[in-house]
Amino acid sequence: MSISDWFKAREARRYTSAKGAPARGADLPDGVWVTCDSCKRIVYDGQLAENFRVCPSCGHHFDLTAHQRVELLADPGSFTEFDAGVTSTDPLGFVAAKPYVTSLASARERSGLPEAVVCGRATIGGHPVVLGAMDFRFIGASMGSAVGEKVTRTFEVALAERRAVVLSTASGGARMQEGMLSLMQMAKTSAAARRLAEERLPYLSVLTNPTMGGVTASFAVLADVILAEPGALVGFAGPRVIEQTIKQHLPKGFQTSEFLLEHGMVDEVVPRGQLPARVTLLLDYLVRGGEVA
Amino acid sequence: MKRRHVMDFERPLVELEDKLAELRSLDLAQNPELASEVESLAAQIDVLREETYASLSPWERVQVSRHPDRPKTQDYVAAICTDVIELHGDRTFGDDEAILAALATIDGHRVAVLGHRKGKNTSENIARNFGMVHPEGFRKAMRVMRLAEKFGLPLVTFIDTPGAYPGIEAEERGQAWAIAESLSLLSGLRVPVVAVGIGEGGSGGALAIGFGDRLIMLENAYYSVISPEACASILHKDAGKAAEVASCLSMTATDLVGLGIADEVLPEPAGGAHRAPEEVFGAVRARVATALRELGSVGSDELQERRYARLRAIGVIGSDEG
Repeated sequence: MSISDWFKAREARRYTSAKGAPARGADLPDGVWVTCDSCKRIVYDGQLAENFRVCPSCGHHFDLTAHQRVELLADPGSFTEFDAGVTSTDPLGFVAAKPYVTSLASARERSGLPEAVVCGRATIGGHPVVLGAMDFRFIGASMGSAVGEKVTRTFEVALAERRAVVLSTASGGARMQEGMLSLMQMAKTSAAARRLAEERLPYLSVLTNPTMGGVTASFAVLADVILAEPGALVGFAGPRVIEQTIKQHLPKGFQTSEFLLEHGMVDEVVPRGQLPARVTLLLDYLVRGGEVA
Repeated sequence: MKRRHVMDFERPLVELEDKLAELRSLDLAQNPELASEVESLAAQIDVLREETYASLSPWERVQVSRHPDRPKTQDYVAAICTDVIELHGDRTFGDDEAILAALATIDGHRVAVLGHRKGKNTSENIARNFGMVHPEGFRKAMRVMRLAEKFGLPLVTFIDTPGAYPGIEAEERGQAWAIAESLSLLSGLRVPVVAVGIGEGGSGGALAIGFGDRLIMLENAYYSVISPEACASILHKDAGKAAEVASCLSMTATDLVGLGIADEVLPEPAGGAHRAPEEVFGAVRARVATALRELGSVGSDELQERRYARLRAIGVIGSDEG
């Protein structure tokens, strides 16, 4: 047993016995009990679901799938997906370590999604919007041609139908396996976001854990108002890259939502449970120049 | 004497060149036969160089693009521009020397110029952070983009950076925000934008000033979503596999034309741009002037539409029923 495994085992012992839950994390039946990544406590999955997948003990925000995001933000029953058929191909025939086609196939299988972002028409607090949500399980929700295209269409549909845009972001950055085609999606999505802005249609982004690299450095932060979930890792360069460059350890809390708020980069850090109401109120202000309904 | 930078793949060539130089330093007046052999060796070396450079691998091109003697943004500006007025500072935080900004004249066209600026030596490179831009550098670039738009000056940019700087202060001051805002501004700029890839095109930091209505790539310049070293260390957990990964990333000038991202490849002399910089400067001046002339006749609404359509077309997607 390595030292780190020993620490993990000790942590597990310490918390499980106190809660009277099953004894070892590894033996937990799937979908009933979950170990919190942050406080390591064992949480009942049903309780977690009721709490927007936020740990009742420490407030840690678990990752949400794209569909859970949609459910969280859209008015019930209002969401209609579009462009679900826009998917990644392997334009470069990319093989490094493993073929890109294999990564795509296993991402589709694991996530049950055709691509890393889900987009559609919806209402939020009664406001017509185009809502997009990224899913980190799909190759780290990295942006290749298909994600770039779907995000661009999100802005274009909103522009054509005079809707607001709400995007929930999560991403490791540009998708390496599509090379320069991925990098150029940063320019493409930014150009589309600009066109929406020129028509004075509101765009809100919700930065969730983690949002990094080429997605942060393009459409994610071009919103009129930027919200972030507590404790989310958000930035340009990954922490490991920075540590290797500057040969120092990074301070605690670096690149978290709270760090970004302190440095003037986001408007508000909003706990998940309050997000729908917050987004609704922002749309109340920004749609139709703040006319009170 | 300055130490010579020898790239691995050109070592056999360099050894021959050294031999040739040695032979030429001898007094061969008494030995006409040897003198003619020396000249034939010289001719053979030229052929070998042509051959070597005609079939460089992507990784070898990356090495050429990073060659310390390779002409830099400031060399292009000095060689092809007249009446240059350099502009400084982002008006908010500081003056990032990793970005060169200027008003300049190219072949009779009054333009604004932006470029990543590397140094020629260590002290210059420290001041310019090896061409790795901080947020204030992108904000300086944006300030000059707005200036260019306000006064109807076309924008010419030179791309040559390993990437935006990954550091604590850069994150604190919003590196991602600065790049995103620059992309947005550049995409909608109402004046012609001509970008020239002259060396390294490192990811988002390159892209922030690195696209427009034309993209001209020097033969040995690269442009990539990620550095081959970083890609190799993520996918293979081994930065040493950079050469292998470089071939997968579609990052050469020719690749970019094939993907519909760049418009043209500007050939370099055998041995790379640093072997005959004047030749390269002349070619870049001519191509940029041609692009400026062509774009100069396009109205600004039309220009914007075309630029959007150009970006809009980039990407390869499948369309399943769904």
